[in-house]
Amino acid sequence: MSKELSYLEAIREALLEEMRRDPKVFVLGEDVGAYGGAFGVTQGLYDEFGEMRVIDTPISESAIVGVSIGAALRGYRPVAEMQFADFISCAFDQIVNQAATLRYRYGGRASVPIVVRAPSGGNVGGGLYHSQNPEAWFIHRPGLKVVAPSTAYDAKGLLKAAIRDDNPVIYFEHKYLYRRAKGPVPEGDEIVPIGVAATRREGNDATLLTYGAMVAPSLEAADRLSKEGVEVDVIDLRTLLPYDKAAIFASLEKTNRVLVVHEDVKTLGIGSEISAVIMEERFDTLDAPVMRVTYPDTHPPFSHVLEGANLPNADKITGALRRLAAY
Amino acid sequence: MTDRMLHMYRQMLAIRLFEERVNDLYTRALMPGLAHLYIGEEAVAVGVCEALRRDDYITSTHRGHGHCLAKGAVPDLMFAELLGKKAGYCKGKGGSMHIADPDTGNLGANAIVGGSAALAAGAAFSSKYLKLDRVVACFFGEGALGQGVLYESMNLAQLWKLPIVYVCENNQYNEYTHFSETTAGDIIARPSAFGLAVASVDGQDVRAVYDTTAPLVERARKGDGPAFLLCNTYRFRGHHVGDISRDYYRAKHEEQRWTSERDPLAILGAHLLEQQAADRAALDRMAAELTAQMDAAMQWAIDAPYPSPDEVTEDVYA
Ligand SMILES: Cc1ncc(C[n+]2csc(CCOP(=O)(O)OP(=O)(O)O)c2C)c(N)n1
Repeated sequence: MSKELSYLEAIREALLEEMRRDPKVFVLGEDVGAYGGAFGVTQGLYDEFGEMRVIDTPISESAIVGVSIGAALRGYRPVAEMQFADFISCAFDQIVNQAATLRYRYGGRASVPIVVRAPSGGNVGGGLYHSQNPEAWFIHRPGLKVVAPSTAYDAKGLLKAAIRDDNPVIYFEHKYLYRRAKGPVPEGDEIVPIGVAATRREGNDATLLTYGAMVAPSLEAADRLSKEGVEVDVIDLRTLLPYDKAAIFASLEKTNRVLVVHEDVKTLGIGSEISAVIMEERFDTLDAPVMRVTYPDTHPPFSHVLEGANLPNADKITGALRRLAAY
Repeated sequence: MTDRMLHMYRQMLAIRLFEERVNDLYTRALMPGLAHLYIGEEAVAVGVCEALRRDDYITSTHRGHGHCLAKGAVPDLMFAELLGKKAGYCKGKGGSMHIADPDTGNLGANAIVGGSAALAAGAAFSSKYLKLDRVVACFFGEGALGQGVLYESMNLAQLWKLPIVYVCENNQYNEYTHFSETTAGDIIARPSAFGLAVASVDGQDVRAVYDTTAPLVERARKGDGPAFLLCNTYRFRGHHVGDISRDYYRAKHEEQRWTSERDPLAILGAHLLEQQAADRAALDRMAAELTAQMDAAMQWAIDAPYPSPDEVTEDVYA
């Protein structure tokens, strides 16, 4: 592991390598061509692969995904870019009614190997339509896979895995991490498998489950708790559908306490599902109720004062961990 | 007509001065988020809104400051919203891209491209249903021609003979791509296919915009159905304030040609002088007065308080 990349560069490198490896991989989206995408993720791809594989589209999210589905049916592996995750809702029908169900409708005789890249997340002063975390809408849809990397390593490895996967994968890349998260990346043919969580820090006193931009403040909070004599197992889910139940249960069995942290709103965020599954299947191991730190059930406001005070952060997570440990 | 021309000049100048201050606030890092400036396109908002009554409606876009001001929004509450202040039009929740003001008939700017297309038809439907003779002007950039909902909306509007004027602001670029690369065929042929009344106009000439819009609005008001107005214009600045190096998608000389030859303020200004509808001194006085107003509005907004953090969960439900 020689080089270090930013999270954004890691995404680009995954695209580049997969496009070199497999001529059936192509990318499409608004301004992804010569311009290189609104955030610069696809910079350089157009020069290497040309306009048939790095395709500028009109502002037509629904058609971007729909065309991807059709090409996938014919054996291609399109990677569709939504300029912001907030616009994925314009393509909602194509994803949830078409892509998610297609294999089922065909009685298993076809598959939809598409990736929809969705730059998500707040803390960038973007307001209502440039800050959302809509992952839970897609976790609710069998047939889809949903991933949300937190490191450059996973950004690359999970995107490669998503492109090779035969199912539609919604890939949430957190905008706040684009240039802030940096680190080594997988080399060669290595991928990060979908469905496998990563333990970021070990501890026996409490389990903290999180993903995306919430991993860093969670680790910070865990470090603070460590100074107070509480050791927290911090698990980065990485994949939200199918999430790594085995890893969650294994940690829970040592700690008997769970906190879920996400930037998505509380009601029916993935914390709800994880909490319910733990209740159903591991009730006896719990020494405390499953707790959550999330964004409140509201919209991303424009005013940074409103947003900043309400996003989960290390202080809020620290407080929740203390309550959990003391329970 | 002279009064109208002077009023339109004043409105365009107000927008220009407002936007220059937005640019300034943004580059001084006083304004968070994104700022999409309307500089260069002022004649479209002003010419169209001049043809509307105060109780008519508009819907707007991510590049909406000009529409909001032209429809009667006041700059202090606009600045406050742009800075995320409690006194802003949306209590700091909306920001630059989502200014709405029911009092002036502004049903909202909308950062979803094409996001207002059907809402505008709904407002027009309410006018018709309630037998109010209020017209809706639905502003959108040519980028929204890529969104299917626009066509669903135009189809309904024509079937139901709704009082709506779709105003397509073709500033030539969808973000960083020339519209010819994203838009097949002839733009005007699209609304024509639905049977809408159509017109296209030089969007740098505010008198032409007004003259072309007024009959379409009156036609809609009388119940003769929807129209589509294509305004050919140009954004003088970047897609947003941060879009500085634009060389690779549009040439410097193209920008220079538009800014030096096709500035809507200069075009109307020259006409006013030529017609002796105003003299240079009068226009300068107007500029000084508006500049003072804008500076005061901006300072008021800078000094205004932020909302309190617990307001984040207010206004989710009625
Ligand atoms: C549904 C949707 N997709 C993508 C975007 C990102 N985006 C913001 S502005 C813009 C270009 C809009 O072009 P146009 O409608 O011509 O308006 P202009 O910016 O030129 O005024 C795009 C693609 C968006 N806001 N909404």
